[in-house]
Amino acid sequence: MAKIVVITSGKGGVGKTTSSAAISMGLALRGHKTVVIDFDIGLRNLDIIMNCERRVVFDFVNVIQGDATLNQALIKDKRCDNLHILPASQTRDKEALTKEGVKKILDDLAEQFEYIICDSPAGIEQGAQMALYYADEAVVVTNPEVSSVRDSDRILGILQSKSHRAENGQPPVREHLLVTRFDPTRVARGDMLNIEDIEDILAIPLLGVIPESQSVLNASNKGMPVVLDEKSDAGQAYLDTVARFLGEDKPHRFLEAQRRGFLKRVFGG
Amino acid sequence: MALFNWFKDKEPRSADVAKERLKVIVAHERSQRNAPDYLPALQQDIMAVIRKYVEIDQDQLQVDLNEEGNYSVLEVNVNLPK
Ligand SMILES: Nc1ncnc2c1ncn2[C@@H]1O[C@H](COP(=O)(O)OP(=O)(O)OP(=O)(O)O)[C@@H](O)[C@H]1O
Ligand SMILES: [Mg+2]
Repeated sequence: MAKIVVITSGKGGVGKTTSSAAISMGLALRGHKTVVIDFDIGLRNLDIIMNCERRVVFDFVNVIQGDATLNQALIKDKRCDNLHILPASQTRDKEALTKEGVKKILDDLAEQFEYIICDSPAGIEQGAQMALYYADEAVVVTNPEVSSVRDSDRILGILQSKSHRAENGQPPVREHLLVTRFDPTRVARGDMLNIEDIEDILAIPLLGVIPESQSVLNASNKGMPVVLDEKSDAGQAYLDTVARFLGEDKPHRFLEAQRRGFLKRVFGG
Repeated sequence: MALFNWFKDKEPRSADVAKERLKVIVAHERSQRNAPDYLPALQQDIMAVIRKYVEIDQDQLQVDLNEEGNYSVLEVNVNLPK
């Protein structure tokens, strides 16, 4: 049985696409046949993060509308055979996605893949609802900041009431909290919400904590999911996240501020 | 500079303020989530009744519907000026 996983957040710009790329590559590296779908119709971006923007011929909407077959639209990753990408449409309107059309594609993908990762657009409207509708599991990406936490709670409400599972009285979508852009130094200063606060408010299990890291920008500059930068803190944190997702027990890392020298502590900086 | 901060009066840390505000708004929004569609109108009517007697701000009235097993409790909190 294929597992459908939505990467969602409500708020924009919190790291959904970064996380979708990292988690799908992480699952593929672990030997799982994985496809990642860009649901951000009109604002295609997963392709450039995955370095396949120049290989896009057909997209998600072409397949739904019958202008291309699924296999024509799927792009195979050059670094990992287990990973495929289904790009979003760049031009057509968001209404192009219908529940029936999406279901048909997911059913077809489920025959070839173990994991179907859905990169949701921001917001709580049609596009975001379509991305989460058929999900079995949801990774709720949250930044340690008031508006992001509040929006995460709203998206949890939608998962619990408007998903296919909710509407059909099936077991609920399994929810995971992924805190990204976490800055331990600012937490230590009392300027940023800490992990316990966020867990406390959202009350869903913590899957991972990704530190604020220069390596994320470097990776996206190169079109390389950050898990391929194994030396980076963010890359390692995402690999740990994938391991936990697969059921392994891994302690959370990168939660403490780097120790600073005595002089720096006294004189700031 | 960190050295001077040691001597400054302790203000509440902004992260703690954030947490308290989030707790309140998230709890409130959750209780509204499953609420019937008439709740906002009911809240307006309650407000109008109170304002017949005393002028209060919108944020001095809080109306929440809480599930308690097989019935719901309508909780109305009004802060009146002294
Ligand atoms: N851990 C991190 N450290 C530093 N920068 C990060 C981190 N995670 C994400 N970013 C940066 O934040 C920005 C937004 O990331 P991303 O595009 O993944 O967000 P998104 O949630 O998909 O946005 P949208 O809602 O627009 O789809 C990017 O510039 C990305 O490089
Ligand atoms: Mg995105």
